[in-house]
Amino acid sequence: MVENKKYVNKYNFAFIDEATKKEIRRKLLKAIAIPGYQVPYSSPEMPIARGWGTGGLHVTLAIIGADDVFKIIDQGSDASVNACNLRNFVHDMTGVQTTFDTAEATIIQTRHRITEEELQAHQIFVYQVPQPEPLRGVERYENKTRQMHGEADYAKMWVSLYEQFITHGDIMLGAGYPVKVNDRYIMAPSPIPRWDVPNLNHSKAIHLFGAGREKRLYAVPPHTKVEALEFEDVKFHIENFNGTKCVKTGYHKAFLDELYFDDGSKHFLINDSNFLDKLSENLQPVQHSNPYLNQIEDEKN
Amino acid sequence: MGYVAVKGGSDAIQNSLELVEFYRLKDTVQPLEIEQIKGQLRLAVDKVMGEGGLYSHEYAAIALKQAEGEVFEAAFIIRAFRTTLQRRFYSETINTRDMFVKRKISASFREIPGGQILGPTRDYSQRILDSSKAIETIEDVKKFVEYFKLSVDENQLQEIIQYGKVIDLLANEGLLKPINPKEDRKLVDITREAIKFPAPRSARLQMLARAETGGLMAMGYSSMRGFGSVHPTVGELRYGQVPVKIKDPSGKIRYIGKIEVTEAEMIASTSVSKKTEMPSYTVGYGLCFGQNDTKVICMGILDTTMRNPDASMPANDQEFVLYHTEGIESMGFTNHLKLPHYVTFQSGLKNIREAIERKTATQTSTSKAE
Repeated sequence: MVENKKYVNKYNFAFIDEATKKEIRRKLLKAIAIPGYQVPYSSPEMPIARGWGTGGLHVTLAIIGADDVFKIIDQGSDASVNACNLRNFVHDMTGVQTTFDTAEATIIQTRHRITEEELQAHQIFVYQVPQPEPLRGVERYENKTRQMHGEADYAKMWVSLYEQFITHGDIMLGAGYPVKVNDRYIMAPSPIPRWDVPNLNHSKAIHLFGAGREKRLYAVPPHTKVEALEFEDVKFHIENFNGTKCVKTGYHKAFLDELYFDDGSKHFLINDSNFLDKLSENLQPVQHSNPYLNQIEDEKN
Repeated sequence: MGYVAVKGGSDAIQNSLELVEFYRLKDTVQPLEIEQIKGQLRLAVDKVMGEGGLYSHEYAAIALKQAEGEVFEAAFIIRAFRTTLQRRFYSETINTRDMFVKRKISASFREIPGGQILGPTRDYSQRILDSSKAIETIEDVKKFVEYFKLSVDENQLQEIIQYGKVIDLLANEGLLKPINPKEDRKLVDITREAIKFPAPRSARLQMLARAETGGLMAMGYSSMRGFGSVHPTVGELRYGQVPVKIKDPSGKIRYIGKIEVTEAEMIASTSVSKKTEMPSYTVGYGLCFGQNDTKVICMGILDTTMRNPDASMPANDQEFVLYHTEGIESMGFTNHLKLPHYVTFQSGLKNIREAIERKTATQTSTSKAE
């Protein structure tokens, strides 16, 4: 009997066809060559909805090889539903080993967090980016923002930061705080909290950003200068947890989630699920080091 | 702790998937056959093929079944499937003058070459709920088809020829605006590279062809109703089959099959800026897979509006129209709001709380001073 093969699903390794993967890799090389510059790319449709991490997936699937160890987090958590779904998809399409362990992973895909544990030179950090354009808030037209980047005309951005300071007494940008990369391009670091922004500066790892819906790729190569925008007299600062501690570990030097228990009481818990696990098991993970974090430690001592 | 921060995301997804499958099947009725969907949900299948960007009735029907009839979702499934296929060829330009016409109307003239052919349309149907559809049987279906075929003269069918176009009448008289030699006529492929603005017309029409019908309608309607300047006349609206040809590696043109398309040529008068300029008409163009009059008409309107950029009118704004009528992307992003955002929210929360503290402190110190 002739087997009916018509309805048998067969996909290429890592789902995307080879020609398109090659195209994405070419664009990634360009992105690395021009740190912070947004490179337009084909952005093929994924079986995951737009806005749910398709850009990150494109990057991961274009660069992943059979020997890679893949980790994915969403809002810091390995167990978040969307992270689980994307992890299953990447695993089903490649068969690569997956992990929760930050240190063990070679590719880490993330939505809205950088891991607390320090990244190493052999690691690639892949961001899911909802809005790649840091200037979108001050200029709605893509046509114009591209021109502004081309001319390094960031006056509108600076004015908006100044206006926020005048109105509210501080720069009110929270997650996705704009940064300047390699003294040239202003870049959206994806909606990571301010806490994570200093960890991009002179990182040992490669940071690749994929914005699927908006069809843009960009990158921060290793050991590249990344500065949060600030004025001489109004400085960038990270989230202040005012000495609150993790309810589980008593640790205070990590980004904390604000939780409300059933009795209405407020508690804080370390956001990074793998970091929390490692601390709980007394594994002493090595954390990123930056002046803002170090300052917290100094105050405590 | 809700649906995140629990070690159970995978289980939750698995349970949810099983539940949704249960909801699809829980009434334990006969499963829909793909042939039934293809045959009886023709227009839904057309929409899924058009918005999904893949011409396959069968796969569109499967997607519709899988998505419980949700057209957005089905089109999305087809788009994702499309990604797994390599683009091997570009077809030669499709010539709709070669169309085997099933429907052809013009609102501009009472009589047109070849006459007005209504074809299959609900335009003049009375939208009265036909409860007899509830008890339709296969016998009824056969009886109707037999009755219908009796009234068709097979010999006449072969006499159908290709028809001249209404816009040719206008063109011959010199009433159409001459092509602007400065217009960007570069041919791009929006499925292979990201759209850049200002986008050439080829990119705009491709985006519109895959855009969501409802989104296009809202934008097109806005232009006609008062938030725009274009209130066109249907020059010609056609629905039928067109041959598709490709060039093989040896350079030979090969016929590979035919597809069904709807095409609209919408006529609008142009605004004259200089006194010396002749008044004329311009044609807005729309083409999509299958039968979808609303879509091509609105494409025609938006083709015209986007050629006359004007930021004060949403329909005349390329970036506004093209980004926001892309159904798969707008649906995805709208629904992404359901994903957890507690880290991003916490970051903003810190700012707001600190700003409130600062304001309260200033107010207290001012009132103390008073």
